Amino acid sequence: MTGRRVVITGLEVLAPGGVGTDAFWSLLSEGRTATRGITFFDPSPFRSRVAAEIDFDPEAHGLSPQEIRRMDRAGQFAVVAARGAVADSGLDLTDHEAHRVGVTVGTAVGATMGLDQEYRVVSDGGRLNLVDHHYAVPHLHNYLVPSSFAAEVAWAVGAEGANAVVSTGCTSGIDSVGYAVELIREGTADVMVAGATDAPISPITMACFDAIRATTPRHDEPERASRPFDSTRNGFVLGEGSAFFVLEELESARRRGARIYAEIAGYATRSNAYHMTGLRPDGAEMAEAIRVSLDEARLNPEDIDYVNAHGSGTKQNDRHETAAFKKSLGEHAYRTPVSSIKSMVGHSLGAIGAIEIAASTLAMTHHVVPPTANLHAPDPECDLDYVPLTAREHRTDAVLTVGSGFGGFQSAMVLARPERTAA
Amino acid sequence: MSTSVVVTGLGVVAPNGLGAEEYWSAARVGKSGIGRLTRFDPTQYPARLAGEIHGFEAEEYLPSKLLPQTDRMTRLALVAADWALEDAGVRPQELPAFDMGVVTSSASGGFEFGQRELERLWSQGSEYVSAYQSFAWFYAVNSGQISIRHGMKGPSGVVVSEQAGGLDCLAQARRQVRKGTPLVVSGAVDASLCPWGWVAQMTSGRVTTSEDPAGAYVPFDDRASGHVPGEGGALLVLEGKEAARARGAKVYGEIAGYGATFDPKPGSGRPSTLRKAIETALADAGVEARDVDVVFADGAAVPELDRIEAEALNEVFGTGQVAVTVPKTMTGALYSAAGALDVATVLLAMEEGLIPPTMNTEPAERYGLDLVAGHPRTTEVRTALVVARGQGGFNSALVVRAAD
Repeated sequence: MTGRRVVITGLEVLAPGGVGTDAFWSLLSEGRTATRGITFFDPSPFRSRVAAEIDFDPEAHGLSPQEIRRMDRAGQFAVVAARGAVADSGLDLTDHEAHRVGVTVGTAVGATMGLDQEYRVVSDGGRLNLVDHHYAVPHLHNYLVPSSFAAEVAWAVGAEGANAVVSTGCTSGIDSVGYAVELIREGTADVMVAGATDAPISPITMACFDAIRATTPRHDEPERASRPFDSTRNGFVLGEGSAFFVLEELESARRRGARIYAEIAGYATRSNAYHMTGLRPDGAEMAEAIRVSLDEARLNPEDIDYVNAHGSGTKQNDRHETAAFKKSLGEHAYRTPVSSIKSMVGHSLGAIGAIEIAASTLAMTHHVVPPTANLHAPDPECDLDYVPLTAREHRTDAVLTVGSGFGGFQSAMVLARPERTAA
Repeated sequence: MSTSVVVTGLGVVAPNGLGAEEYWSAARVGKSGIGRLTRFDPTQYPARLAGEIHGFEAEEYLPSKLLPQTDRMTRLALVAADWALEDAGVRPQELPAFDMGVVTSSASGGFEFGQRELERLWSQGSEYVSAYQSFAWFYAVNSGQISIRHGMKGPSGVVVSEQAGGLDCLAQARRQVRKGTPLVVSGAVDASLCPWGWVAQMTSGRVTTSEDPAGAYVPFDDRASGHVPGEGGALLVLEGKEAARARGAKVYGEIAGYGATFDPKPGSGRPSTLRKAIETALADAGVEARDVDVVFADGAAVPELDRIEAEALNEVFGTGQVAVTVPKTMTGALYSAAGALDVATVLLAMEEGLIPPTMNTEPAERYGLDLVAGHPRTTEVRTALVVARGQGGFNSALVVRAAD
């Protein structure tokens, strides 16, 4: 590979089941699930009443009362995760010129939770069409524009370079990191604090997913509700969370003796141009994204040791994705382990892509592949090795992680040890 | 040497004109689209003026099946994309699907759709919420719908950075063309002129409460009291220059340079980074400040923001040494769409050799700008700089160069 190469030198995860990277990895490697009955509001009117919620105390994570007041929950997640990633990297950002440090934040639905709550107030419970501005909180504009998350992250870490929210539905997490990688490669930035966040567990989100029967109604067994690739799966479990990374150019990371988790060796996104929520069963566009990202990484399908699947737990996704793996990886699709961590942490929309990059990175660190929990009776049309129930020790030097989202977006990213992709 | 990326098609939906032709014939003579809000009764609100698009009937342009699933901003964006492709002479169905991408920006998503569904949720119950709420309001919807309508399977994306987004998405589209995607539709449309969006916008503290359409949105003027919100935007067709020439396309101009920075946290005592963004864009384009014929400024019409922008421009270009204009005084601030519409306006200005005016402003001397105020200025425009600033601290600058 010519030109600048980009590596992950710091990461932090806020996911259901415990705040912090260690808690996250314990959950995954032990195959536990963090899905439960919804506690944020009374879920009884809804078809789906299960979610993967985080027990999150913003003050305990260093946010000031004013930061807490002006930020939606998803923004709070982002700031805590971004600060954690910078701390983990050991990088002193003041060693870089501030305008060479950038930020990208992926989010699918922005400040949905804050908007839902504030709408309810200004409309007085939906009664006023001409909503009452006297009841508008001063930070409502921060909820209106999700770019406020990127602003908060930049303020938190002192970044003055290129800065944006990347919002491509459920591939936002991969696309945010992919966008950041491109900025370092082209020379626009030397360091990027990149990640994604979403906190969508709110009545309006539950209602719209109910309407299209995308989320599971399995509320009698909430801890076993997310069942990707299983013949009994019947929808995804909504989740929330955030993951952030410090990305640096490889040589400068090496010079400072940084711990290098992985190189982001390849990335691509394609669209199915088919339907806002539907997928064609052949997986052709995801396969193309995978093919291009492998190409960019200069790796062959056989080099991939683990595939971190989108694995949302809807029938159409699981089949679409299985077809995409077969089409892009050929026979190797049957040999490589494939798993979905959404079985454990649910589907946090725009955030999950970044959380899955973190899971993929940690799989490389530990040479352990996380399992697909709750997979007891595989769908006969999903006939790959989905690592059912328990994590597996497995030499992992290169990982493919993928995402698929509303809007038709299909994204793929290849992570690898830098020495492995040295051309 | 990176591929030169050029614009070959324009689709404009603006308060003062539907379609590039109608828009330009209004903008070139200073015809404004700002007036009292009509979409709903604004009497009870402190702000009552808006740049509304009148006479847009989506059903005239779009199949009926798209109407229930689309917010107004998406309908406008779909029509703008249709017009841009038509203008470029491109028939997407004849091109390889993976050779075309869509990169848009959105500041706040489909808010009107969102208000209706929130109203149903809280007044009637969750079972009354539309299935389309799962995507119709979210920030990615315009890219998704445009890609579906035209069968575009190449790299797509969505960049959100408030009012800076319109330039950021064009820069991202340029990256994709340089990486090998032959054609990318890019730009932005925003439209949040519903009561819920209106109230949320007012909390920015930057919306004027003036009731005089001819004196409300006056950047770089001592009377400046904020902006008038508008709706609309522009979609552009971007291609590699060689490929565009090879197919005999009309080339409007080149996206020649880009720079983006972020301002320090307010109260930090550190200066704005806007100047750095502008200098980066000029360097990226390989042009000197003296080569720039006109600056399309952000023009926030908030005194402190106007001062920062004027200072950056004066530092880069020398006080009063470059023509500056703010055509959005005729449309209102279009948020993410502002930068995209400004780039379209620049290209039209280059074609005619005329800088459209900043309307209603009486330039305050203290800013030291050569503002093209009140009347258009006839002059050759070969190189232009567009500045777009997003609330929170986003600074983007983009250099447009005329076709050879």
